[in-house]
Amino acid sequence: MAITETRLEQISHRRARNSVLRWLGNQPIGRVLVLPALIYVIVVTQLPFILTVWYSFQRWNLQRPDRRGFIGLGNYRTILTRDPAFREAIVNTVVFVVAAVILSLLLGLLYAELVNHRFPGRGIVRTLLITPFLIMPVAAALTWKNMMLNPNFGVVNWVLRTTIPGSPSPNWLGHFPEASIIGVLVWRWAPFMMLILLAGMQSISEEVREAARVDGATVWQEFRDITLPHLYRFMQLGGLLGTVFIVQEVDPLYMMTKGGPGNATTTLPYLVFRKAIEGSNIGQAAAVGVIVVILSIIVITLLLRALDRVLKEI
Amino acid sequence: MATQIATARPARRRSLLGGRALTGDQASPLWAIVAWVVAILAFFPVLYMFLTGFKTESAAVELPPKLIFKPTFENYEAIFSINFRPFFRNSLVASLVSTTIVMLLGVPAAYGLALHPPKKWKDILFFFISTKFLPPAGVIVPLYIIYRDAKLLGTVQGLIILYTAMNLPLAIWMLRSFFEEVPRDVLDAARVDGAGLIREMIQIILPMTLPGLVATAFIAIIFAWNEFFFAVSLAAAGTATVPIFMVRFVTSEGLFWAKLAASSTMAVLPIVLLGWIAQRQLVRGLSMGAVK
Repeated sequence: MAITETRLEQISHRRARNSVLRWLGNQPIGRVLVLPALIYVIVVTQLPFILTVWYSFQRWNLQRPDRRGFIGLGNYRTILTRDPAFREAIVNTVVFVVAAVILSLLLGLLYAELVNHRFPGRGIVRTLLITPFLIMPVAAALTWKNMMLNPNFGVVNWVLRTTIPGSPSPNWLGHFPEASIIGVLVWRWAPFMMLILLAGMQSISEEVREAARVDGATVWQEFRDITLPHLYRFMQLGGLLGTVFIVQEVDPLYMMTKGGPGNATTTLPYLVFRKAIEGSNIGQAAAVGVIVVILSIIVITLLLRALDRVLKEI
Repeated sequence: MATQIATARPARRRSLLGGRALTGDQASPLWAIVAWVVAILAFFPVLYMFLTGFKTESAAVELPPKLIFKPTFENYEAIFSINFRPFFRNSLVASLVSTTIVMLLGVPAAYGLALHPPKKWKDILFFFISTKFLPPAGVIVPLYIIYRDAKLLGTVQGLIILYTAMNLPLAIWMLRSFFEEVPRDVLDAARVDGAGLIREMIQIILPMTLPGLVATAFIAIIFAWNEFFFAVSLAAAGTATVPIFMVRFVTSEGLFWAKLAASSTMAVLPIVLLGWIAQRQLVRGLSMGAVK
């Protein structure tokens, strides 16, 4: 009796497996290959977002689980009308991203132009220049906060004191938190821009450059009239990707300023972290999360449209 | 005539993982000096961090900063005695296991998208990349609750699940760009010979694209190793990765710069070395395969 039951089970198992295999066998091979990755990404990145939306309609603080309940748009109302941190976070996010992207593009352009010519040790110079991007952001942030920017023992203020006698020793993270964070972001992302722009410069044909030099163009003229126009699309690409990635940076905020003083360096993604993990306010954090995603989708749709065009042209 | 052609196009040097060597005209000595100065300035914080790790605590805060001194290894001994090792091991496990899963899922997917494109392959490709563009902040709240209920908070397994999802879209785009470079005639020849999908993939395509596969894996390891947001949100209380060691070190041990520098150096060293090896492929990974 028991034996027949297991037999039956085996048979039905095999049948189920066979029908799955048959279904797979009838699918175009490309779809079969893509499906596992597609399912994985949907389950891990898309399904949780549905829960984020659901949580955002609830009053839910982990410290007061007894008061959990559905409150509709209550969290959104609180955030949008009575939460100065949210408004500050929006402004900070825009300021940080725009400033960091533009400045790292400019610095990256300088880096790229420097190593786009041959000189002794060029390979080492390029290697040194990309290193800030490889450094674990947490370690980089701690090094900047302490060894570089400490008001008394930091290298930056020591250089100021010795080169300009009588110059003040500012408390960088206390008095200029935004500028300090932007500085560290630029230091870290300029190498990223350099790599993209250098690839762009390298794709300019040597013949064109050669012809310009034969005509007696200076380095500056060559840069302005040949390199820059060619680089436009690469700068767009760098700007688009830089925007996407820099928005997500919370490491320097957490390590250097904890989003402060006050909310001076709190961005939207960091606000979600503060509300959820530090404040245990699941409902409000989820609402900010939803707003972040909606804003991102708007920006991304615009960016992707541009990116699609850029990708086609490269 | 023949010599002219030969000298006009010097053979491009190939690096370990492929990628083009740089071209360009000879710069003046002044140019070289400026380039070196800029590079050393940009690199200085890293150098200073590295050096401080070999100083005594009192020498670490000394000004003017000394670049030449008698090195000590006491900081490294100290951080290993306060349990640096499990964090390092967790980081290794998290980045290596997640990268293995990324490759197992990503290679077939990229292969399918590049060489046997299914219907709507463009939509699939852009779906993958759009997930990379959305801030993790959008999903961190439910992940925290799910992980809490599933007892995944503070575990490496929990991080591996997320690092796989984080790197998979990037890897698929990058791998696809390598697979697309396989010459069509090679594929056609293999198919005429009657090679099945598995043979075509394992015997022909994968060996040809091996440097690209290795570079992709390196980049996935780099991003997983350096990841902080998920680690601090979901694993900060448990046995976590190296970034969390640094956070806890600062809060519990206070400001010991030399030990901080030593643990920073240990934290960044494996990745900086990987990145230096893979630097010519780095741009392709970072631009999702758009820039070669």
